[in-house]
Amino acid sequence: MTSPCLAIKDMTLAYGELVIQQNLNFTINRGDIFIIMGVSGCGKSTLLMSLIGLLKPIKGDVLYGEESLWQAEPEARQQLLRRTGVLFQSGALLSSMTLFENVALPITEHTQLNAERTRQLVAYKLALVGLSEFEDYYPNELSGGMQKRAGLARAMALDPEILFFDEPSAGLDPVSAKLLDDLIRSLRDHLGATIVMVTHELASIFAIGNNSVFLDTETKTMIATGSPKQLLAESKDPKVIRFLTRDNADNLQTSDPKIKQGTTYEQTR
Amino acid sequence: MTDKTPCALNLTRNDNILEAAFAGDWVLETEVPAIETVLAQLGDDKNIKQLVFSTKQLGRWDSLLMIELINLINYAKKQGIPIDTTSLPEGIQGLLSLVYAVPEQTGVRRKQTQDSWLAIIGNAGLNLFKDAQAIIIFIGEIALCLLGLVRRKTSFRLVDFWLHTQESGPSALPIISLISLLVGLILAFVGAVQLSLFGAEIYIADMVGLGMTREMGGLMAGVIMTGRTGSAYAAQLGTMQVNNEIDALKTMGFEPMSFLVLPRLLALICMLPLLCLYADLVGIVGGALVSVSFFDISFAQYLDRTAAAIHLKDLAIGVSKCSVYGVLIALSGCLRGMQCGRSASAVGDAATSAVVTGILFIVVSDSVMTLICNRLGI
Repeated sequence: MTSPCLAIKDMTLAYGELVIQQNLNFTINRGDIFIIMGVSGCGKSTLLMSLIGLLKPIKGDVLYGEESLWQAEPEARQQLLRRTGVLFQSGALLSSMTLFENVALPITEHTQLNAERTRQLVAYKLALVGLSEFEDYYPNELSGGMQKRAGLARAMALDPEILFFDEPSAGLDPVSAKLLDDLIRSLRDHLGATIVMVTHELASIFAIGNNSVFLDTETKTMIATGSPKQLLAESKDPKVIRFLTRDNADNLQTSDPKIKQGTTYEQTR
Repeated sequence: MTDKTPCALNLTRNDNILEAAFAGDWVLETEVPAIETVLAQLGDDKNIKQLVFSTKQLGRWDSLLMIELINLINYAKKQGIPIDTTSLPEGIQGLLSLVYAVPEQTGVRRKQTQDSWLAIIGNAGLNLFKDAQAIIIFIGEIALCLLGLVRRKTSFRLVDFWLHTQESGPSALPIISLISLLVGLILAFVGAVQLSLFGAEIYIADMVGLGMTREMGGLMAGVIMTGRTGSAYAAQLGTMQVNNEIDALKTMGFEPMSFLVLPRLLALICMLPLLCLYADLVGIVGGALVSVSFFDISFAQYLDRTAAAIHLKDLAIGVSKCSVYGVLIALSGCLRGMQCGRSASAVGDAATSAVVTGILFIVVSDSVMTLICNRLGI
């Protein structure tokens, strides 16, 4: 199973005049757990935003299978995006709704299912992420890890083909992070979904990633692609090696103005 | 979308083994064969020793199949029929194992309870009591902070005070001008209809002048500032609460009350009497516009009449009432902000509650003060 699921074609991303990443070219295959990695402020999350239809690239395109995301009419784009599910960094659950209502929201909005069927579907999704008894809880009554799993249940509500994760293990303890990694992998295995993950958590990268792209801040483009383990073993690029071996401290302390600029922009956005 | 082959669930008996065969495409939003009849078939027969599944004819499937499978399994479990899932595809087995995995926490499900009306009333009463308590504590804390300020022992920053003064004073002038002018116009028109019956249009000036200075100027300024600044205070402080900013201030040794609340409170208390005076003036101008353009009264006459009608005590009453509103608005805004919970909806609730409490306070205090003035004969 190596048919391309998502293809990024010659893409350039920018906020106004400030170019974040350029000349991005890679494909994500069906059934992959694809990692987008790089140091803080390199544009990982920006790239993710353009993949899920939130930020229009100034050049290039994203292909979902054969269909273009950014050339499409807004309605057609919404149709394409219904094939995806997104888990945001903090879970992004709606705080005024219970978990049940959060997960039921996309179901009632986009399908004609009746109330009983919706209830069963929500119960099933929450059971998948191990939260079946928490239907009536509000998000702020749950721990961070539970909020993320609930966010995952909502992202999976409509059986998406592609699931996007923004820093899924950020802010989780190693045990919860491991549980979430296992969950992501088993969902990929059992549902046949494609997973695209933005992360700089090395443990996750090596544990579940089977393909990746490495974004660089200085050259503003991708400097490596391939399976993380293979990159670690074979890459000659010092930046990639430094990142993958966790020896990236001096990189962060650099006085390079471009990196500084990139980081502050991320923060003030 | 590709064509769907209709889904079907066929049951066959081999001795005591029941085989449930899924066929066709089981995808959401398709009609499913009534699973109840299948379940009923299971229930009638006590001799079934095992439930097995077959998916040889199964086409595409998604969560729909999983839901029905779970229904079937749950039912069989309830009837005490052993289930063999090994013949299912690996993916489905994996998902089932996730669903039936023992969760880390059990017994936390909320019981749906409907409180009796007595309990609802009781809870509302208790909440009211707690709220009153919180207000008194808040006022006490502010008093302590003020004491600290006099003794120069608090972390009060003058620059914040000026910032909030700018925000709650000069920045509010455009909206205050517009509303007061219109209120002046309205008062003049309402009065003119009655007064012209007696040919006494000249007394529009008295009416607008007294109405604006004693009541409407302050009331309007108060209501506008509740909506504009009281809610902003609640939202600012509430968002700081959500982002842990207030906790951060505490750990850095700042007292949030004197650092955040006091500048806002003092700024609004200082500005509101001035806004009230301004609103009075603009309202009188509004009344003059009506008198001059619709009734045969010259501008000089109108001003003359106004000057004769308004005494200093009217102005003083209006402004002192408005000073009270200032305290109340700032209190309700800051109180609701500091009480805010830690979610996005809590910030919205805080802002709403600040406006509701603020306007309630204003109207109640206005009635009380008007009554007092009436009794005192001023």
